[in-house]
Amino acid sequence: MTRKHLSTWGAVIFIAAIPIVIAANSPLLQWRDPVYIAGGFAGIIAMALLLFQPLLAAGRLPGLSLAVARRVHRWLGAALILSVFAHIGGLWITSPPDVVDALLFRSPTPFAIWGVIAMWALIATAILALARKRFRQNLRYWRAAHSALAIVIVSTTAAHAVMIEGAMGTMSKAALSGALCVALLVALNDLRVWKRTRPGRGITTD
Amino acid sequence: MTKLHMNRRTLIASSGAVLATGVAGGLAPARAQSLAPTQSMRGGSNNYRPGAPIVERIGGGGFWMTGTVRRAGDGAPLSGQRIQIWAHTTEGHERDWHSHGATLTDANGVFRLEMPQIVPAFGQPHGHLAYDSEEFETVFLRPVMSSARDTTLEAHFVLQPA
Repeated sequence: MTRKHLSTWGAVIFIAAIPIVIAANSPLLQWRDPVYIAGGFAGIIAMALLLFQPLLAAGRLPGLSLAVARRVHRWLGAALILSVFAHIGGLWITSPPDVVDALLFRSPTPFAIWGVIAMWALIATAILALARKRFRQNLRYWRAAHSALAIVIVSTTAAHAVMIEGAMGTMSKAALSGALCVALLVALNDLRVWKRTRPGRGITTD
Repeated sequence: MTKLHMNRRTLIASSGAVLATGVAGGLAPARAQSLAPTQSMRGGSNNYRPGAPIVERIGGGGFWMTGTVRRAGDGAPLSGQRIQIWAHTTEGHERDWHSHGATLTDANGVFRLEMPQIVPAFGQPHGHLAYDSEEFETVFLRPVMSSARDTTLEAHFVLQPA
């Protein structure tokens, strides 16, 4: 680990962790029961984990070989699914009709609808990941589909979080949302997802 | 302070009404303005508990929910109407029984109920109100506070006879 390695890791962990720390100190928590708090934090943690996904996919986190990074990327994907289900489950127990409204796209709050779109895009990504072997002859299409879903997940997650008046701090939430978008664009650029030709960096057919 | 909600449907309906009366009876000056009934808001009935009791105030108080109740059509104030109120407050979740209470409108159709401070929940600082008696059509409202620091919130009902 060089000093540059440490500073990259430090910056990413800082941007991901600060919103969690600030939310943990939110005055709103004193008026919420444990299930509601846990449901909220599952969502915040999912958003923080999401920051690592494009960086792992593109091999941008120093000290990890691309093979290791991709393996962590898959496990983190599974953790994202679990976190999002815990998020929805916790909110469901707290207020079932609000969650039903969101899932049926009839919520009065637009951010709930963005969150549900992000959930479906995440589920679609998980199915796509599990079906990767079927795309062996056409990995380009698999990659394009995964990239498109990643764009949907990141943009709707950012919209979902930013529009909510909740436990997360406004500044740290905006910073994490911005970092998510930057990380995604960096990864898409590194992986040359829009190119037909095989790029040099970061692409293997594993 | 009441907003008149004009959308395409009400505009077409009211223009149609004006045309019909204009053609049939000549355009006489309207004696009473036609006040459209309030539509229920999305999510307004969430965590509704039928039959919440009329209370002096909900919990410890410190926050005021206020509003008016009028009759559709002529806009006459309706007295003695029961309005039910609930919210996520410093003293409990929306689903908790002790977060619910009801009050009656006065002779001017005005209601005022003291309740605990509303705090942001499910992404917005908001309250819920219901008119759920038999004389008029049921209406559920879900007003949102412009700031979580506000200590009052108002909501207005225009009711349609059932």
